[in-house]
Amino acid sequence: MSPAMATDGPALAELLLQRLERAGGGGLGSLEAAAALGLEHQQLVGAVKSLQALGEVIEAEQRSSKRWELTPEGKEIVQEGSHEARVFDSIPAEGLPQSELMKLPSGKVGFSKAMSNKWVRLDKNADGGPRVFRAVESVQDLVQEKLQLVQRGEAESLEEKDRNELKKRKLLMEVNIKTYWIRKGSAFSTTVTKQETDLTPEMLASGSWRDLKFKAYNFEALGIMPESGHLHPLLKVRTQFRQIFLEMGFTEMPTNNFIESSFWNFDALFQPQQHPARDQHDTFFLQDPAEATDFPTDYLKRVKKIHSQGGYGSQGYKYDWKLEEARKNILRTHTTAVSARMLYRLAQQEKFTPAKYFSIDRVFRNETLDATHLAEFHQIEGVVADYGLTLGDLMGTLREFFTKLGISQLRFKPAYNPYTEPSMEVFSYHRGLQKWVEVGNSGIFRPEMLLPMGLPEGVSVIAWGLSLERPTMIKYGINNIRELVGHKVNLQMVYDGPLCRLDA
Amino acid sequence: MPTVSVKRELLFQALGRSYTDEEFDELCFEFGLELDEITSEKDIISKEQGDGKAEGASDIIIYKIDVPANRYDLLCLEGLVRGLQVFKERIKAPRYKRIMPANGGVQRLIITEETAQVRPHAVAAVLRNITFSKDRYDSFIDLQEKLHQNICRKRALVAIGTHDLDTISGPFTYTARPPSEIRFKPLNQSKEYTASEIMDLYRTDSQLKHYLHIIENKPLYPVIYDSNGVVLSMPPIINGNHTKISLNTRNVFVECTATDITKAKIVLDILVTMFSEYCEKQFTVEAAEVTYHNGKTCIYPELAYRREKVKPDLINKKIGISETPSSLAKLLTRMCLKSHVTGNGNNIEIEIPPTRADIIHACDIIEDAAIAYGYNNIQMTIPKTYTIANQFPLNKLTELLRQDLAAAGFTEALTFALCSQEDIADKLGVDISSTKAVHIANPKTAEFQVARTSLLPGLLKTIAANRKMPLPLKLFEISDIVVKDSTKDVGARNQRNLCAIYYNKNPGFEVIHGLLDRVMQLLAVPPSKESGYLIKAAEDFQKIF
Repeated sequence: MSPAMATDGPALAELLLQRLERAGGGGLGSLEAAAALGLEHQQLVGAVKSLQALGEVIEAEQRSSKRWELTPEGKEIVQEGSHEARVFDSIPAEGLPQSELMKLPSGKVGFSKAMSNKWVRLDKNADGGPRVFRAVESVQDLVQEKLQLVQRGEAESLEEKDRNELKKRKLLMEVNIKTYWIRKGSAFSTTVTKQETDLTPEMLASGSWRDLKFKAYNFEALGIMPESGHLHPLLKVRTQFRQIFLEMGFTEMPTNNFIESSFWNFDALFQPQQHPARDQHDTFFLQDPAEATDFPTDYLKRVKKIHSQGGYGSQGYKYDWKLEEARKNILRTHTTAVSARMLYRLAQQEKFTPAKYFSIDRVFRNETLDATHLAEFHQIEGVVADYGLTLGDLMGTLREFFTKLGISQLRFKPAYNPYTEPSMEVFSYHRGLQKWVEVGNSGIFRPEMLLPMGLPEGVSVIAWGLSLERPTMIKYGINNIRELVGHKVNLQMVYDGPLCRLDA
Repeated sequence: MPTVSVKRELLFQALGRSYTDEEFDELCFEFGLELDEITSEKDIISKEQGDGKAEGASDIIIYKIDVPANRYDLLCLEGLVRGLQVFKERIKAPRYKRIMPANGGVQRLIITEETAQVRPHAVAAVLRNITFSKDRYDSFIDLQEKLHQNICRKRALVAIGTHDLDTISGPFTYTARPPSEIRFKPLNQSKEYTASEIMDLYRTDSQLKHYLHIIENKPLYPVIYDSNGVVLSMPPIINGNHTKISLNTRNVFVECTATDITKAKIVLDILVTMFSEYCEKQFTVEAAEVTYHNGKTCIYPELAYRREKVKPDLINKKIGISETPSSLAKLLTRMCLKSHVTGNGNNIEIEIPPTRADIIHACDIIEDAAIAYGYNNIQMTIPKTYTIANQFPLNKLTELLRQDLAAAGFTEALTFALCSQEDIADKLGVDISSTKAVHIANPKTAEFQVARTSLLPGLLKTIAANRKMPLPLKLFEISDIVVKDSTKDVGARNQRNLCAIYYNKNPGFEVIHGLLDRVMQLLAVPPSKESGYLIKAAEDFQKIF
């Protein structure tokens, strides 16, 4: 069988197996086997790998070794002879003008080597310019012969100084190669059986599957992802928060009104009209429709009074409260504007009934933007209204809420909000950062907000809020909010996102 | 939240003990402050201007402490220390006293009628026989700046002027004059300017330029003169150089001009209560008399102590604790609210000092009791409030639908509710005037000109930003758009829209058509001309999106 035929896969594998059979229990090396079979080493490695895939037919142990290989120029010399030999061959008996000789492909290198070998001589005074003549009858191309040895895998038989000389001439190079030491396996056989990849109905019907060999599954490679759509990570987290509130018996508020009047957004919450949050720098005001037109008249009067004169046991802020300021339409800066509407509605009931409300929706701030702040974000808010609620009740509710988020260590810090008193910031211990980080804001709504609405005196309303974006960014390890929210979203991130299990 | 910078060494010296950074951080947390940063002048300069500039700057440790926005009494070292020392029961809260000068030599400030058009109110007081040091002086200036930035609303509501009383002689006149008629040498300037020139002078001043707009377009500018015509100040812009205080100043005349008299009184009370500590008669402030053009006369500073009564039971119930009345009174006293039990233990009488203008209702007193008790010592309880949860129907439908749209192979996008006019009009080939879009009055950039009237632009932009992704891209969004609606109280309403988009090398109309059919199937609406849905060709793009 000629080496050329052996390059065909299965035939090559069988050749290798036969060789292995002859080699006995000690096994053989892939380099030597390739040389013996007259193959490129890489071809033999291919055969080893295909045999490995069959199971226990062979055992192959990977080794690494150094080997001398021909450079492309070295290979050319094996075929064509050394440059100096080619120069010698191209000189006829009557000699050759040096200028013409230099035009030959091997001219430059070949000429100087042939000169130093004293194979040729140069007659500078010849007619028509310097002329080159053969200096000897015939030559022996030792360079070619040495390189042929290397090609046969016998580089070791060269003397070291020869190898170094050839390496210097960039005809040889030393390479690291991965080789295999091959031994017989427990299921050794000198014939290769073709393995089936798939079990077919025909095999089952005919029973042929009993005798067939099946190719092992490749567990290293990834499978094919199913084609599917994906939910947005932030909204997956929103779903979980919604679920938590529903589990805790909270009713969802209708927050589908991005446009709000300053009255409901600020005044109703006892936030004074000179408050910095009502500044152009913090809030988006509307040009069209610029003003709200319709307010509950009596309630509006009570709000005006509590701001400008006080009442219900409050000193008030004692300033000139202006209706124009309250009419100004804005993009709501918090969903608490909706909570105010809901509590006002609750107060209009004939008889007060306890209520628990929640919402998760967009709010807008005309603030400076950075990697973690956008002009719009989602606010999560929870509200409980009942007789006799305490600060301890607020803390207990927060503990239950955050436990469902997988946050167990909580600490409360006194804080200031214009519409809650007492107010508390909620901190949780972050293991990664090794410090306490703020996770939310909370408090008990001020009587100046609740009593003008008409809620009974003994009713307290506890409330808390946080952003949806921050826990989501922490959860999914996102540093730039624009990769999460808005059109610059990284869709690959959406495709690859895991389930949202907040307490896992 | 305002941030107060204090030198650590000075702070600990005043507190009479030192703390580790962690201990002090803990104390702040408990009291409702936040130790925001530990730094030094050198650090600050090198952070802001680069390392090279910081050479030679002081490396004395500075604490930057965040103070709640309503606690003006904690905006300087003096106030912070007083608050913390009382909290830790190391000292008793001082009692601030207004005193009339002997032999009737009260300083008088006369307000003329002209001020009514520009800045109608003024209050005044005198800090008599005060001793400044460099640190005290710096703190005095700093506190004025902090007050200006916060309660004074960048000087729009109140502006403070402090003057060396020994350089001037009363009575003082607070009036308003045309800018061309006001002429004086402003603070730290070497020559006289007219008011108009002063405005030009400060147009490029990094600090003062922010205050010019307050009076710039008024025909008359506010100004305060002494009896010899010396200019004390041109509020709210700048003081005169003549009355400049120095480390050697012994008697300080304080004036606050304002558009809001309540805030002016608070600001004056805070400034004088804080720095009367350094007066010969500690915590006393010399009164000044302010006369309005209608003849009405007021004595300032008010330094009013107000008494409130709160039932111990109410405090306990609101917090969720059960402390005795006397223990509650003790807690409140630690918050600078001197309290005692009255009426057989049924009531607590609380005295609200002039430094605590933030206490306007019993709930503020209750909060202070809770802080002194320690928020984290309160027993957590779960309210017994029993309620049945309901989902908002629109959101419930949205949640169900988005799950099934994802199951149909479409990926959910989340795009901005605000965008440019161009996004919802020009780019869609629609005239902006034909949209019912709401327009924003003060957008900082074009991205926030309008609220979207369609979800389509956001989805198209999402595709544009994800062109490197393998095709096809199948996206959807269910979210609110906003349109004007005159039947609503605010003149606009949200509308929940569903938009889906299919992007590939071939149009694939049948894909998006199929999704529509699927959505209708999910909504149990059959394709039927009579009692279901049908699709018609339309020319008008705007009607679709």
